[in-house]
Amino acid sequence: MSLDHEINKNEVDIVIGALNADLTPFLDTWRPFFTGFHLIIVKDPELKEEELNIPQGFDVDVYSKTDMEKVVGSSDTTAMFSGYSCRYFGYLVSKKKYIVSIDDDCVPAKDPKGFLVDAVSQHVDNLERPATPLFFNTLYDPYREGADFVRGYPFSLRSGVPCAASCGLWLNLADLDAPTQALKTEQRNTSYVDAVMTVPLKAMLPISGINIAFNRELVGPALVPALRIAGEGRVRWETLEDVWCGMCLKHIVDHLGYGVKTGLPYVWRNERGDAVESLKKKWEGMKLMEKSVPFFESLKLPESAVTVEDCVVELAKAVREQLGSDDHAFTQAADAMVKWVQLWSSVNSSG
Amino acid sequence: MVEPANTVGIPLNHTALLKDELDIVIPTIRNLDFLEMWRPFLQPYHLIIVQDGDPSKTIAVPEGFDYELYNRNDINRILGPKASCISFKDSACRCFGYMVSKKKYIFTIDDDCFVAKDPSGKAVNALEQHIKNLLCPSSPFFFNTLYDPYREGADFVRGYPFSLREGVSTAVSHGLWLNIPDYDAPTQLVKPKERNTRYVDAVMTIPKGTLFPMCGMNLAFDRDLIGPAMYFGLMGDGQPIGRYDDMWAGWCVKVICDHLGLGVKTGLPYIYHSKASNPFVNLKKEYKGIFWQEDIIPFFQSAKLSKEAVTVQQCYLELSKLVKEKLSPIDPYFDKLADAMVTWIEAWDELNPATKA
Repeated sequence: MSLDHEINKNEVDIVIGALNADLTPFLDTWRPFFTGFHLIIVKDPELKEEELNIPQGFDVDVYSKTDMEKVVGSSDTTAMFSGYSCRYFGYLVSKKKYIVSIDDDCVPAKDPKGFLVDAVSQHVDNLERPATPLFFNTLYDPYREGADFVRGYPFSLRSGVPCAASCGLWLNLADLDAPTQALKTEQRNTSYVDAVMTVPLKAMLPISGINIAFNRELVGPALVPALRIAGEGRVRWETLEDVWCGMCLKHIVDHLGYGVKTGLPYVWRNERGDAVESLKKKWEGMKLMEKSVPFFESLKLPESAVTVEDCVVELAKAVREQLGSDDHAFTQAADAMVKWVQLWSSVNSSG
Repeated sequence: MVEPANTVGIPLNHTALLKDELDIVIPTIRNLDFLEMWRPFLQPYHLIIVQDGDPSKTIAVPEGFDYELYNRNDINRILGPKASCISFKDSACRCFGYMVSKKKYIFTIDDDCFVAKDPSGKAVNALEQHIKNLLCPSSPFFFNTLYDPYREGADFVRGYPFSLREGVSTAVSHGLWLNIPDYDAPTQLVKPKERNTRYVDAVMTIPKGTLFPMCGMNLAFDRDLIGPAMYFGLMGDGQPIGRYDDMWAGWCVKVICDHLGLGVKTGLPYIYHSKASNPFVNLKKEYKGIFWQEDIIPFFQSAKLSKEAVTVQQCYLELSKLVKEKLSPIDPYFDKLADAMVTWIEAWDELNPATKA
């Protein structure tokens, strides 16, 4: 796949949350696309194994529980950064403009022509080109080669707005929830939809943390590791942290006038875990999502919230006030969001 | 480069879905030769041909198609003074076909649109896909990142609220075009050679509250659900603007669908658009629209319909009042258009008494 321009690799950090100790298969398959980039690998603080297995030839910084404790203090570490949320530590300490983050059970996908997809380049390309959230373009990304704005698209809206996040997709094991995957055990995603598009203003969506990239300089603090459901596990079916993060992020992005894109790139997601087993656990996630939707739908951040940090703090306040009494998980999320903003400021002010 | 499909040898579809519930509306000024290529997919259906331009000309319809044809004389005869709301010398006249139809569904297609090929080389039965789109729900309240969740092989993603998974009724299915894309005149002038060769294999619901530019080249809708809102405005002869007919209808339709809780889909099916219209002619037609649009869009984005507006006609009449109030200051054309919108509803109700509020 060829893109229209060269990316500046120095502007990108690839952040990987290590939920598996042996990252050799993962990194070896991504080698053609990770080479030349700086990698931040964050070890799940609850991973039993002492050392991560990382092959040679990568420019990588590894953070484990002890490193994390130095920065945030021990009680906060496991609370905020355990499991899939360990990757947020990488977002916190990165010094780069763009972050690309991929789950460690994903490998490069193949496009319909049989070529391996360079997910990193596609994400950065998405982030560098404007987003168009104010009006839907029926030919999808108007800045893509061979496409443009269609007849009827207002000219004043054709410069677009900065793109804050790029949400990629998954072939093979799509990011379905446990009930759905358990019902359709054999279903695999084989549909390669060749499009990137901007998710319109005010439209809510479930943002998956499996294959995501964002402009850290623009919206870094808005990616909040906040919502933990009881019995959260080490398979995506047993988490909601990224979905909550995404709801907050989209709302803040809409408020600040940036955009979120979805579509390409695809990654190939490997089999892991058992949806039926995950179903057996009492799954609070569904209830929490149902409560979140009307909250986000009616939420209005104050005009005075003009920075990302302000937005997160205001959002946390609203969560506490409107959702806190519904479920303790929301109060905890609100607290975590405030703590996160404080952490972000203290870690990044000296940088 | 992309090419149309060769449909010779494709057997006639005898189990055509919704054969007796769908009309195909085709505006034309020249001929209907293009129907030959569509025969395997469209012959089972009834056609409503709206002949624009000189009514004394005879339009030849290929053998074997069941059709009714209306020229300008017919339109004037049937609508009397209300015929003033139907455009002349513009494909916007096609909405007359929507009005006289007695079916539940409409598929409308331009006479320079041929059968497209999918990436495997197979001929795309566009009507079949439109029907699938209309018969299964839409999901406007929450965006599904895997696009149409009801499609074979897809589903709702993790995090999609369960309470929203039943979806809502689909009112409109908006298809796309390979080869000549639907660009405005300025873009056509800058990129005369650009062709759309990208087949995006997805159908998706346009979220509630989001507007889009609707194209009438390859469009299907549920006439019972949204028919009265599909007025294609005053264009062509005697009017200051052209090539905004379908878009005007699309903005009205989307506002009303959002208000009534109906869905609008876009994406598949593709047709092969063969003819690029003259960009200089187009520029003259679109010229005023390009400026007016900058006010029209914020108008539609902020248009609010009352709780009392519960039928499409009621919504549409309220919208016409808002147009008169808010857009007339831009140009007297909008005053005329608002009146025409009312005339359209009156004519619709006269011809379709059963669907009156």
